[in-house]
Amino acid sequence: MASSNPETSNGRYVFEAKDLNLFYGDFLAVKDVNMNIERNKITAIIGPSGCGKSTVLRSLNRMNDLIPEYHATGEVIFNGINIYDDDIDPVEVRRHIGMVFQKPNPFPKSIYENIAWGARKVTKYSGNMDDLVEHSLRQAALWDEVKDVLDQSGLALSGGQQQRLCIARALAVKPNVILMDEPASALDPIATLKIEDLLQELKKDYTIVIVTHNMQEAARASDFTAFFNMDEDRAGYLVEYGETTRIFTFPDQKLTENYISGRFG
Amino acid sequence: MNATQDEEIRLSMSEDDYFADTKKLSKRHALSKIWHVIFAASTLVGIVALTALLLNVFNNAFGYIALENSIQPEELAIDGVSIEEMSKENLVTILGDHVSKGLMRRFESGMTWEERSRENVYNLVLERVVDPKSVAQWTLYESLFKVNEIQQEMTEKYTEANLIFKSWITPSFITLPQSSNPLNAGVRTAILGSLWIIFISIVFSFPIGVGAAVYLQEYAKDSFVNRIIQTNINNLAGVPSIIYGILGLALFVRALNLITSGAVFGYTDPMTANGRTILSAGLTLGLLILPLIIINAQEAIKAVPNSLRQASYGMGATRWQTIWNHVLPSALPGILTGTILAISRAIGETAPLVVVGASTFITFDPDGPFSKFTTLPIQIYQWTARPQDVFRNIAAGAIIVLLILLLSMNAIAVLLRNKYSRRL
Repeated sequence: MASSNPETSNGRYVFEAKDLNLFYGDFLAVKDVNMNIERNKITAIIGPSGCGKSTVLRSLNRMNDLIPEYHATGEVIFNGINIYDDDIDPVEVRRHIGMVFQKPNPFPKSIYENIAWGARKVTKYSGNMDDLVEHSLRQAALWDEVKDVLDQSGLALSGGQQQRLCIARALAVKPNVILMDEPASALDPIATLKIEDLLQELKKDYTIVIVTHNMQEAARASDFTAFFNMDEDRAGYLVEYGETTRIFTFPDQKLTENYISGRFG
Repeated sequence: MNATQDEEIRLSMSEDDYFADTKKLSKRHALSKIWHVIFAASTLVGIVALTALLLNVFNNAFGYIALENSIQPEELAIDGVSIEEMSKENLVTILGDHVSKGLMRRFESGMTWEERSRENVYNLVLERVVDPKSVAQWTLYESLFKVNEIQQEMTEKYTEANLIFKSWITPSFITLPQSSNPLNAGVRTAILGSLWIIFISIVFSFPIGVGAAVYLQEYAKDSFVNRIIQTNINNLAGVPSIIYGILGLALFVRALNLITSGAVFGYTDPMTANGRTILSAGLTLGLLILPLIIINAQEAIKAVPNSLRQASYGMGATRWQTIWNHVLPSALPGILTGTILAISRAIGETAPLVVVGASTFITFDPDGPFSKFTTLPIQIYQWTARPQDVFRNIAAGAIIVLLILLLSMNAIAVLLRNKYSRRL
């Protein structure tokens, strides 16, 4: 899908959301999103609880389609292709756009199998599996800690290690983009720092979109920041979007400034 | 409430009021004691009932019996050689002298005398000529604690009889087929019948039940129709088993006669009576346990954390890959537990099998799904209904065999479950 279009897959933007409206049944959860997400950058989505940050993130790889009442209007152009076109298979979208969740959720299998499963079943990887497992774990900065216990259960690792295992698992199916839904919110500060360092490494090869509650994390780790808020009908909308340094120093909107300085949210 | 109100309330309380709860403490303790006793008593009633059941069964399964021979073995001795040391030819002669010609012909048509071993002929002599009969039985309790009275009764009433201590469960009880003579009766036919029927009902209902559970949990939308289906499955689990028997009779024995009797597969055994076969019985019990398996499998699938599904979908896995590789393996221990419960229910069922047409007296082993059948519960039911006391003893033996069979099948299922749940 994406790789079949080399012209646009090298373009500046990975995602272009155009007039995106997201609904749960009749309820308009997020309205009128127009934003472009830059390639090989980390984009943070921040905002108060309930403003639809996660909904927006999950609309980018059609994870929301698993919720029966959900539907979307508008377009999300991913490398030149609208992923909400009728002839696009959501399953294939998710192969190119990986996801890491808030709570670490390794499969109840061995560390090795956690990585190998997706490559074997989803992308039908035919190369050397041992190499792929090692490479993925190295990318996720976990190799040195687990190389001797690859047959141990993924659930036996610590929370931070589990989350890096989930990142390695997502990397093993060779996505273009990794979406992260508050990946560090369940972790202690040291594990959080490790994840943040890892993000800086990963952005060389991948585009990363991250939802976070933690303003410092957004300021430290991201290149771009999108601030969402909700209106009086509880519909989320994009207030301001731009380079992180600018958003956190000279925001255009009063609302953004209030939120960043901790006056609400 | 503002600070001044708070202050006023505190001032209005005397020091005693602070510890007002302490005074109620003894009352609270008494109440908790009462509940404690009630709960303990409920448990105790259950334990007492179970113990009484087991004691009753064991009481009947062992004990002294008075054996009386039709002909004393010593009288059969030829030229001072007792029948234990006699040659096969002499034993055949004795047999010919004491039983009818017709019976001899039947023996011979079963297996010629040349083919029969000496052991075999000797057993025939014991069974048909010496023909021991139990004229009195005593329970295990009496045998242990009232031996003097038993011996007194023996000398008064059963002068011809020998007193022996009999365990009604013996290896031969398990390996012998049904017989009209309680001393030679066994439960082999019934055990094989039970195993065949359980096997067929599991093969039938496990895949269908798990499949239905997967559909209802993972595919079905929350619609009105699906909610009605769900409610009805729950209700089906509570339908009395005799009704499944009637369904089985109408559907499998009558309507699908050609299939269940094996006629369409070219199986034409005149002994097989009109679809009243192992296959019909297995399918009937399969229907009976199907709702149980569906409900338990649904619960097990429901208990699989959603984060696992999300992880799989998030990598681009299809719904089938997610279910087959992640949901079902995680749910398997729970599904197996549900299946254990279902097997336990099926193995003890009697009523539907009576309706479907279990044979009460067959002496040959079931040789396939189109064979006539009897099962352990049917056998026990039939034996306890006999007027002679001695059948109650072999019924007790059969109950113990049934319990052992049930426990060992459960143990296998538990081992299987543990094996799968230990896989990380």
